[in-house]
Amino acid sequence: MDSAINTARSQRSPAERPPKVLITKIGLDGHDRGSRLVASYLRDAGMEVVYTGPWQAIDHVVALAVEEDIELIGLSSLATDHMLVPQLIEALAAAGLGEVPVVVGGIVPDEDERLLCDAGVARIYHPGSGGHEIVEGIRGLIEAARDAAFAPTTES
Amino acid sequence: MADASNPTPPVQLALPGFEEAGARWRSDYDAQVGPDNDVHNRSGIAVEPLYTETQWSGERYMDDLGFPGQAPWTRGIYASMHRGRAWARRQLVGMRLPNDYRARLKALLDSGLTAVSIAPCNSFMRGFDADEVDPVLLGTCGVVINTLDDMRTCLDDVDLAKMSVNLGDNAPFTLTAMLLALAEERSVPWTLVSGTSNQSDYLSHYVANHMFLRLSLAGARRMTTDFIDYTTRQVPRWNPLSVVGQHMQQAGATPAEAMAFTLCSAIQYAEDCRAAGLELEEVLPRFSFFFDVSISFFEEIAKLRAGRRIWGRIVRDRFGIDDPRCLRFRFHAQTSGVDLTRQQPLNNIARVAVQAMAGIFGGLQSLHTDSYDEALSSPTEKAARVAVATQAILCEEAGLTDVIDPLGGSYYVETLTNEMEAEIERVMALVAAAGGMYAAVDAGLVQRMIGESARRFQDEMESGARTMVGVNAYVAEEDPADRPPPLRRLSRGETDDFLARLDAYKKRRDGGAVTAALDAIARAAADPSANLFEQVVAAVRAGATHGEICTRAREVLGAGDPRVAA
Repeated sequence: MDSAINTARSQRSPAERPPKVLITKIGLDGHDRGSRLVASYLRDAGMEVVYTGPWQAIDHVVALAVEEDIELIGLSSLATDHMLVPQLIEALAAAGLGEVPVVVGGIVPDEDERLLCDAGVARIYHPGSGGHEIVEGIRGLIEAARDAAFAPTTES
Repeated sequence: MADASNPTPPVQLALPGFEEAGARWRSDYDAQVGPDNDVHNRSGIAVEPLYTETQWSGERYMDDLGFPGQAPWTRGIYASMHRGRAWARRQLVGMRLPNDYRARLKALLDSGLTAVSIAPCNSFMRGFDADEVDPVLLGTCGVVINTLDDMRTCLDDVDLAKMSVNLGDNAPFTLTAMLLALAEERSVPWTLVSGTSNQSDYLSHYVANHMFLRLSLAGARRMTTDFIDYTTRQVPRWNPLSVVGQHMQQAGATPAEAMAFTLCSAIQYAEDCRAAGLELEEVLPRFSFFFDVSISFFEEIAKLRAGRRIWGRIVRDRFGIDDPRCLRFRFHAQTSGVDLTRQQPLNNIARVAVQAMAGIFGGLQSLHTDSYDEALSSPTEKAARVAVATQAILCEEAGLTDVIDPLGGSYYVETLTNEMEAEIERVMALVAAAGGMYAAVDAGLVQRMIGESARRFQDEMESGARTMVGVNAYVAEEDPADRPPPLRRLSRGETDDFLARLDAYKKRRDGGAVTAALDAIARAAADPSANLFEQVVAAVRAGATHGEICTRAREVLGAGDPRVAA
């Protein structure tokens, strides 16, 4: 656990802070119906959403996550861009954001699910997943991450 | 134009017993269903339980229908329609590298494909060569084409003088330039080359899927007008402009909105051509359209019939043209991927057949049927073959082509066609009030409307108001045997080999000629009297790659940036 981040977060009484989520697309695809819908459901559920257009560079996503104190990153992929997600997770870890959950939504072929889960993707949503199901899933992941960050460690 | 709430005034009926029998039906119906279900189609139009002479009458036949190949065009754009000549079975094909594309195309031509299409890789759509992107993304959603060499391989088995070729191409239209250069090489006169640049509608990419977004809105506008000008003069059988409603409906627009926005875009393109000094009588015959066909069967049929009618009026009344070649609303249709499910994927074969039938009864000229595995991955070969076979079954087994506009005269279909027409015109008026399609897109109005409709549709799914078999109803254990086999992705060796060939291509061409050709593109961009596309063709001939041409065009015309809003 990165103690600097832990301290920074602890000053903000997180329980009262609405969850803050980054919804973005990396790679080459531009289809944004899914990402816009998810962003609107999250906002309606009271979360703070940072939304970007498509084609974001991985470095830019990491920088945004740092600047904006993002608690969860939602990536929409309709056309193979999910294959870049392991690179993103590595870059997040290198920036000290290894504890930020990454969720992928869109078209992920069966054979790629294992690859993403092994890389550390927290959850994959497929076509047919409902907006409310996604909202509750994301809320749960953020609460779990907050709990983990504030759990008293045995060393201290 | 009929009124939306009461499209046709009730006629004085001379049908003995009509009133009495109708009243009896109503009371029986009410007794059986209780409070009536409130049924609306996707465009928000209320759907009654029964349509009779009350809503539509044969007395309106000449006003609403007429004959095929004549105004008001409701029954189709040609006198003979599908009975005379069946639609073209045109599947989007594009995977991996040019050699793989060639092999897949050959297999589909053997399965009954009657027209060629090329779906390029996402790297191509975004304006890059293979060596400019992460190799893991190459060839997964389309074929990687960077050079004239690649085009040569893709179309090795295709006779360019005979087969119509559909290219996923947008400004600066490098694919079309490659095709024209290839025709020259094979001594096929450009006057025989036929096909469509089926992604040339830059407005649709700005508002909907954001693919092919390489140049600024203004830059794409300039390049597209020059392209229409050039091909109309030099490649008379080419359709430089396919105005696309498909992207917008896939992004969430209702069927009526998608048709309205498409017609507004077509008006915008025609106005732009006229402003550039082009003769509309020469340009409009080369306009074609491209629509999504959802599973909302009757609504889609009505949408297509109404669109045909409105286009005929626009050309006649707004542009003052009576030439039937300009009035004909020629369109390609694709079955909607939004209706397909990841769950129980074989069910999608049934959905696609129903969607395709709606398009056929709507009077399409060519058709792409989706593969059943498209909610899971890019189409696998087996699924792609089923999709083509579905078209062959509908065309050659089911008798759908025996009668022209077989649903014409149906009380429901005629009433709905009138109502959809009114709804489409209502949306068109909103765009007109915003200053036309270009201004409405630049201001983000169209994007906002599409986003709101997408949300409404999703809310109906969430609430269960809309049934999706396998998703919110009839959920069943998945049979692993129904899952498609894993896609054959490019190996590192295959990617390296392609990149090595690209590198060799760049080394063996005349570097000075390429630089000069790219400079000529920049000069033409700065000179409004020059034709930009002419310079793109020259650059392809000189050996410039797709990425180089896009980069240079982007430097002078500005980069594309969707007006992003969630």
